[in-house]
Amino acid sequence: MQEYKFTEEQEKEISRILAKYPVKTSALLPLLTLVQRADRVVSPEAMVAISKKLDVSPAYVQSVMSFYTMYHTEKVGKYMILFCINISCQLNGCDKLLEHTARKLNIKVGETTSDEKFTLHREECLAACTEAPMMRVNDTYYGNLTEQRIDQILESLD
Amino acid sequence: MTQILFKDINKEGLHTMKVYEGLGGYQSLKKAFAQKPEEIVEAVKASGLRGRGGAGFPTGLKWSFLAKDVFPRYLCCNADESEPGTCKDRELLLKNPHLLIEGMILCSYACRIETGYIYFRGEFQDLSFIMDKALDEARAKGYLGKNILGSGFDLDIHTHLGAGAYICGEESALLNSLEGGRGEPRMKPPFPAVEGLYSKPTVINNVETLCAVPYIVSEGADKYAALGTEKSKGTKLVSVSGHVKKPGNYEIEMGTPTSELIYNLAGGIQNDNKLKAFIPGGSSVPMLPADKVDTPYDYESLAEAGTMLGSGALIVIDDSINIVEATLRLISFYMHESCGKCTPCREGTRWLHQIVERIMQNKGQLEYITRLEDICDNMAFKTFCPLADACVAPVVSSIKYFRADYEEYFKNVPAGAAS
Ligand SMILES: Cc1cc2nc3c(=O)[nH]c(=O)nc-3n(C[C@H](O)[C@H](O)[C@H](O)COP(=O)(O)O)c2cc1C
Ligand code: SF4
Ligand code: FES
Repeated sequence: MQEYKFTEEQEKEISRILAKYPVKTSALLPLLTLVQRADRVVSPEAMVAISKKLDVSPAYVQSVMSFYTMYHTEKVGKYMILFCINISCQLNGCDKLLEHTARKLNIKVGETTSDEKFTLHREECLAACTEAPMMRVNDTYYGNLTEQRIDQILESLD
Repeated sequence: MTQILFKDINKEGLHTMKVYEGLGGYQSLKKAFAQKPEEIVEAVKASGLRGRGGAGFPTGLKWSFLAKDVFPRYLCCNADESEPGTCKDRELLLKNPHLLIEGMILCSYACRIETGYIYFRGEFQDLSFIMDKALDEARAKGYLGKNILGSGFDLDIHTHLGAGAYICGEESALLNSLEGGRGEPRMKPPFPAVEGLYSKPTVINNVETLCAVPYIVSEGADKYAALGTEKSKGTKLVSVSGHVKKPGNYEIEMGTPTSELIYNLAGGIQNDNKLKAFIPGGSSVPMLPADKVDTPYDYESLAEAGTMLGSGALIVIDDSINIVEATLRLISFYMHESCGKCTPCREGTRWLHQIVERIMQNKGQLEYITRLEDICDNMAFKTFCPLADACVAPVVSSIKYFRADYEEYFKNVPAGAAS
């Protein structure tokens, strides 16, 4: 296994994160998030590197990581689409729009496009129910979706 | 209607220190620091403020339960907002981060806390960036840090992100998650006020709860307590979503009729369809049929009507859908989010899902309803945390009020399909 190297920028960020907590282990989720955002995946090498930073075992890192849905052991696309299918969005027609999005991207829900640009996931309520139907693409929330609006959003992302 | 939390919510630049201070922001601190911490706790008690995260526990009382003379103590603001239908905290955090910081400073002063964390659900990355900026502004102004405004009181507040797990909104699971563990709930007691974060006394409050504190301190507990009903004081943010024309977060005085929220504030039912049902307090509370729409929106009246105020999310359902469809969606949510620790929850949510799915595929029979009720009986109040009870709520209430919707599916069962 190759050694995982944090960039200089990441090392600085890690110091900032560690300074927030009196107990190092608290930085586990933030470090996993840091890696996931940079690499679009948390590799076994990265898990080892994180475990060293926090003085815990790699198995502990893996066990915690597997509890949460936002960390991925397979690389996701450049744009991660989380499509809300919970009740308020359901009542406002999200099921058809999700199908439309999958068709448009030519993938099934849960898959990544072959150019690794988009990953499409079903998501539980994203806390934007008054703008239903809605989806989150990376850090951005898009509400009041229609087929046209989805097409425009997807085309605007490069 | 009196607006406290949403008074200036759509003012441009409200998220910046300049605009927030210009509107009187952070004025409550001087007033607070002139009093003893205990006096602030007493004021919050007298205001009648109750937790807005779901359980409705009296806030001042919670603060007074902190283990005596044990330090350090921590404050954790619950910004996990994951209860389906609920999106009021998101609007506060997006548009008015300084109001939360001000509330957290007051709570920390009152409870002698020197470190606070804001636990955001992982999907709120955008909000945590906004909050980090606001926290930097507050540090630069001396509202956070050492010896705040010469009071001798020190405090810092940090943001922390979860990573996708509904259960982390449950306060003890939140603590495990914040400590870098799996987000499974803890055994209670000990309650967080005695042994919370890092086993130290900890206050956990919802975003909206903490945001109400600056008003109580600046305007006085009496003025807050004068709003609302006898037992449900103050104002409440309600997220109105579903089949309404103008979905949105609305601030109402406690005790406002639910019909006012649906027909007036939210503009009535989409396509002028008829109201069929509403879920008043987020997906975890029992739904009610249309004829209960005049129920006053407050803790007691909703409880009397057989449901709960919960997280303040009013989900409106019209007569264009079969209730069973909505119910299945909710069961499916709880099935995904069960942390798997207790058998009745882990297995029960799956069984409910399988049975309702079969019913919807026209493969059910009347006896299935009894089976659903049986399973619910074996789940409710028999688990470690209330997630299993939450899953039971929509099932039991949909059967109670909309049995005919289930029976629709039994009419077209092909011979031999039911089992
Ligand atoms: C399954 C579950 C999920 C919860 N999710 C949240 C949440 O997202 N936000 C929240 O503030 N409280 C949530 N709660 C309630 C918290 O456990 C806790 O009561 C609350 O944060 C206390 O703050 P308050 O007294 O200000 O309401 C949840 C509870 C349960 C059982
Ligand atoms: S009731 Fe469900 S979510 Fe709660 S602890 Fe048990 S298994 Fe986990
Ligand atoms: S139900 Fe879709 S954002 Fe809440």
